[in-house]
Amino acid sequence: MSERVVVAMSGGVDSSVAAAILVEQGFEVIGVTLRLVGDASRCCSLDDAEDARRVAENLGIRFYVADYSDAFRREVMEPFADSYLAGRTPIPCVGCNQRFKFRHLLERSRALGAAAVATGHYARIERDPASGALSLLRGVDGRKDQSYFLFDLRPEQLAQIRFPIGELQKDEVRARARALGLATADKPESQELCFVPDGNTAAAVERLRPGRAPGTGEIVDEAGRVIGRHDGIHHFTVGQRRGLAIALGQRVYVKSIDAARNRVTIAPGASLGESGARVSGVSWVAGSAPDAPLRATVRIRYRHAGAKASVEPQTSASARVVFDEPVVAVTPGQAAVFYDGDVVLGGGWIDGGLA
Amino acid sequence: MRIYLDHNATTPVRDEVAEAVLRVLRDVPGNPSSAHTEGAAARTEVERARECVAALVEARPSEVVFTGGATESNNLAIFGVARAAGTMGRHLVTSAAEHPSVEEPLAALEAEGFRVTRVPVDADGLVDPFAVAAAITPETALVSILWANNETGVVQPVARIADLVRARGVPLHVDATQAIGKIAVSLDVVPADLLSASAHKFNGPKGSGFLVVRGERTLAPCLRGGSQERGRRGGTHNVAGIAGLGVAAELARRELDDRAERCASLRDRLWSGIEAKVPHVRRNGATAHVLPNTLCVEFRDTAGDVLLEALDGEGIAVSAGAACASGSVHPSRTLLAMGRSTAEARASLRFSVGHGTTEAQIERVLALLPDLVARVRTLAGPT
Repeated sequence: MSERVVVAMSGGVDSSVAAAILVEQGFEVIGVTLRLVGDASRCCSLDDAEDARRVAENLGIRFYVADYSDAFRREVMEPFADSYLAGRTPIPCVGCNQRFKFRHLLERSRALGAAAVATGHYARIERDPASGALSLLRGVDGRKDQSYFLFDLRPEQLAQIRFPIGELQKDEVRARARALGLATADKPESQELCFVPDGNTAAAVERLRPGRAPGTGEIVDEAGRVIGRHDGIHHFTVGQRRGLAIALGQRVYVKSIDAARNRVTIAPGASLGESGARVSGVSWVAGSAPDAPLRATVRIRYRHAGAKASVEPQTSASARVVFDEPVVAVTPGQAAVFYDGDVVLGGGWIDGGLA
Repeated sequence: MRIYLDHNATTPVRDEVAEAVLRVLRDVPGNPSSAHTEGAAARTEVERARECVAALVEARPSEVVFTGGATESNNLAIFGVARAAGTMGRHLVTSAAEHPSVEEPLAALEAEGFRVTRVPVDADGLVDPFAVAAAITPETALVSILWANNETGVVQPVARIADLVRARGVPLHVDATQAIGKIAVSLDVVPADLLSASAHKFNGPKGSGFLVVRGERTLAPCLRGGSQERGRRGGTHNVAGIAGLGVAAELARRELDDRAERCASLRDRLWSGIEAKVPHVRRNGATAHVLPNTLCVEFRDTAGDVLLEALDGEGIAVSAGAACASGSVHPSRTLLAMGRSTAEARASLRFSVGHGTTEAQIERVLALLPDLVARVRTLAGPT
């Protein structure tokens, strides 16, 4: 009997092709769609599950929809809103992957007698033939690479995970889907957060925590002078420059957000650069922190190309990142992920700049 | 070979039924409302089926209204009576463990300004007939009670309820969808005023059901159109589906005692085997009167939906909780109404046997189940 693998099928083209590749490789594939957003009035998640079902039928594999909407709301969506209300700009996908999606998928796969879980992430896992140690690498398609969202996976999780499309370019993924006649071949990319499909995070925060969103507050400059008013700190992100309806005669950015005083501080672009970042909740793909500071390319948000830096471990779970050149928009709540070329060394959560 | 233990979800169509459906589709092309010979032939099929259904539930043929299934029957009973009651009947009584096809129409009326009293059920899922009677007010237009629960198989004391409700002069609707073909359903014994059922729950075709409306009760139709079914349900008859329903009703009437005995023996073997081989299990509705084919078991510290998938992989079809539109599983409303926690409700599986279930199949399930439960127990599952 062939080895069983559970594939998380979102209803998009990437996970569809991931499933198809495993079928081609001879695995017994079981498709599972995680229903995360339970709002019945929003039909797209249902449509996505139906797309995944059509692909599963096409591939001739077993397929189930697993409802995790209650737990997802409690463990991912509400903490996301709380983080915004605390003046941070959270990136829920990282914690969702490690603590939610892969944890539940791995549990489920064991119950179904499967040896591994696969997803349609653009990332690679390599095993050192000598030591057996596992490495997490960027996907081959640099523009689609999703390793940033996966740095927090534990070594024991990586051992049971497969990323079948990590070696492919997006174009190749679509071409394969078309060649196989998969219903999702030309489906548009999903953007934004899965539970904020319209991209309006402030409205999502207000829906998730009704009555808890702060009201209007002050916008101040670096000297503390009030230069305007805002309609709630959850509308702002450190580094943001859009939506600042203030005529100062120069470009301004959000420098910091003070939740306790419901206050947003703005600054001209030039003064935003940070020399480094304090990072907590650090995890290392190798399993433990290195003994000495190391050189790395550090990405401080998903769309960040990366900046050269020294990473100085402080404790097993915290680090200081010192950039070679000042970096703009070091945003509390976002992840700082450390790379050596394509290899993910580890990462953690930005608490703030070094100052 | 698959082992199908989900007869409360739907049943395989009996050969006799399939033959009748095919014969009508091929050989009876007419519209029962037409005056010519072809129409008369089709009408004969419909009226023959009506007699079979009437005989099954011990009603008069003229009291049988053919519908598209139990959901439509329940909607017609509830909206039909509520809309015909006028301004004096703005109150409805039901139980806390009803099927969505009763609960949702009631909730819709509630949103329109009707008052709805939901009588609670006890830990075994039973509703107290006296509590039902006590909920009735001078404004009550209808009492609607599920005869037998689809998830637990628990059979309500409908005869007692009917006596008490009728004594108060209020019409009673019973949703007998799960009861038909499994236990005796007689409107002589249980003098309800309206009764819903669906062919596919007793080896008939899907999309064919009926509502029995006793006496000359006025019912506001849900589907307005032609004067079919005495103006209570417009639309050209589903002649083949109705013919299949008629044959299924006839088979159910003839075979009832044998079926009940056979199913109970298989079901009891399954439960005694599970109890002996799997630790930390409990039977939902344990001390109540339960349908002879149904076994609802809580496997403590499991996720029922995962257990379902694991069994499915071994060729065994069962049910967990209530399936939603996407096919994912939600905790059973019935079990929550019985006071179970969400985790307990999630840990429950329903086995329902029926036509085609064999002793060998039950033994095969018992051989596989302990290991599967142990495997699923190692995970916490969604909460």
